[in-house]
Amino acid sequence: MTIADQVTGSTIAGTAEAKPRAAAPAITLPAIGERELRLDLFRGLALWLIFIDHLPPSLLTWFTIRNYGFSDATEIFIFISGYTAAFVYGRAMLESGFVIATARILRRCWQIYVAHVFLFTIFLAEISYVATSFENPLYTEEMGIMDFLKQPDVTIVQALLLRFRPVNMDVLPLYIVLMLALPLILWSMKWRPDVTLGLSVVLYAVTWEYDLYLSAYPNGFWAFNPLAWQLLFVFGAWCALGGARRMSRILASRVTMWIAIAYIVAAFYVTLTWYVPQLSHFMPKRLEQWMYPIDKTDLDVLRFTHFLALAALTVRFLPRDWPGLKSPWLRPLILCGQHSLEIFCLGVFLAFAGHFILAEVSGGAGLHALISLCGILIMWGMAWVISWYKRVADKSGAKTKNAVGNADMAGGG
Amino acid sequence: MKAKVLLSLILLCGGLAAPAARAGDAASAAVATPAACELPSYLLTTESQLPKVADVVKAGKPLEILVIGSGSTRIPFSEDSSYPARMQAILKDKLPPSETVNVSVEIQSKKTAEEAAGTFVKLMEAKRPTLVIWQTGTVDAIRAIDPEDFRGAVTEGVAALQNAGADVVLMNLQYSPRTETMISAPPYLDNMRVVAQQHDIPLFDRFAIMRQWNDQGQFDLFSPSHGPELAKQVHDCLGRALAQFVIDAAHLGPAQQQN
Repeated sequence: MTIADQVTGSTIAGTAEAKPRAAAPAITLPAIGERELRLDLFRGLALWLIFIDHLPPSLLTWFTIRNYGFSDATEIFIFISGYTAAFVYGRAMLESGFVIATARILRRCWQIYVAHVFLFTIFLAEISYVATSFENPLYTEEMGIMDFLKQPDVTIVQALLLRFRPVNMDVLPLYIVLMLALPLILWSMKWRPDVTLGLSVVLYAVTWEYDLYLSAYPNGFWAFNPLAWQLLFVFGAWCALGGARRMSRILASRVTMWIAIAYIVAAFYVTLTWYVPQLSHFMPKRLEQWMYPIDKTDLDVLRFTHFLALAALTVRFLPRDWPGLKSPWLRPLILCGQHSLEIFCLGVFLAFAGHFILAEVSGGAGLHALISLCGILIMWGMAWVISWYKRVADKSGAKTKNAVGNADMAGGG
Repeated sequence: MKAKVLLSLILLCGGLAAPAARAGDAASAAVATPAACELPSYLLTTESQLPKVADVVKAGKPLEILVIGSGSTRIPFSEDSSYPARMQAILKDKLPPSETVNVSVEIQSKKTAEEAAGTFVKLMEAKRPTLVIWQTGTVDAIRAIDPEDFRGAVTEGVAALQNAGADVVLMNLQYSPRTETMISAPPYLDNMRVVAQQHDIPLFDRFAIMRQWNDQGQFDLFSPSHGPELAKQVHDCLGRALAQFVIDAAHLGPAQQQN
């Protein structure tokens, strides 16, 4: 068994046989032991929330965190992805060297890319269907979106180049670009973690100052600007490689806690004014002008700090060894978080399918809620099947010592 | 978690209670609103005002309204049922009989906000309206224009309209559930809200209004094929809502005029 297996394998209590052989002086990897279930839990939660946010709004939408503050599930997903990726591949880099680790990261990128193209194919099928079946005089203008079907040669090539990305399909391309940068990030972290984080902040600032972006097709830009979102990813990596431990004193202080609570409450109040416009009387105009728009594309500072505040409180009030993490009630979430790439793709697909059903059967709010619930159950079921398969495969794989591939499937994603 | 449940319950109750409360007022109004058009009042309230419209109506001068729109401003083959025409009819009903209301429509088909804004100076010289209702955003959303560029274009457009001496109402996108997976509306909605806030002009939230109708089951906007009937009804309700919105923002309601 490799060390990566213990981080990413599905057994809860991995038996800690191996110790890190050589720890580079600059970074410290957390001691191997139990899998960090909190990461799985929140990544699973992020996946569920992303799924619900991708469906048309319903009662369940009120349970997603974007209604209660600035940041949303995307922040959680990218941060945890950075954390686990650095954890898994950082170890690989220490043990097997830069080249091997890079090769494994590239293989991972390829998997995500294939998943993205697969989802694009499903999207094409959906949009083509809608284009041929939808004739509502109310929406003649909106049907202009179908124009791209007139030149599939250009569109499909642009999609393969990640420049044409339909709505709701922005996260994976962002993730691919971040993963492509991971060897560099890890190599630099191995040298000086704090400098790397500093460089990341500089890149973020430069992106804001000079308005850097990646262009998209047919026009516009990437909906999640990787040059800005890398900050969360690198920050996640930095935390995984010892930063979290070094910050533990700051995280434990009461001052931090109160600042975080105050910020979250303030953010909640601001979001409340979006839904109850009467409340905006009490919002200073100058503050509004300074604050809006809260930019998701470039990961607005307000969003980033909101995520930090949430994370600080979570770490404080949800200890690593919280017994609830092993309760069967949270098991579905944890399982989903452990197979994030598969479950993410499934979630995007289910959102498409849910739209399709809602469009074909006019069932109202009841059906809507039912679809959301079924989607979550399917995600859970799939995660369970994958875990089960992996367990079986690992058992037979252990004989042939060939379990590395499986670890990659779940690792870092 | 409890707080979330509580909040959603409160919001839900508010949503359910508001139409019921309004049903009472509607009965006494001179022009009864069809049940299908019912909206909670917060969707039709704005803090921003329309001083020029108020002056013109108080002086008894004709009210010239220009609707600058795009494909979704009209219904193919039935122009008389589109929302600008309906708004004109309702305004004539609700304003004093001596008041002349002229609504003209300028369709900027398949033009982004930036392209449309480029025509405003000439357009305003030709028409000289008191009030401009600028409906935009859909084309920009379809073409995925950079939201910041979009905001800049809307800002410029609004400035051009105001410089030409008109009151301005912004109107945002339609709620179109079937194309929700393909067209990303939120950035454009947000930016229009920002521009409206910064210029202190009323924003007619067509998106939220239509979503309210869809969610409350007044209209099924999801359904793939309807004849022109659905479109006509929706535009009728939009026209009514818009007329009410303009009257309220200009403080021309019966109660307000007495003051």
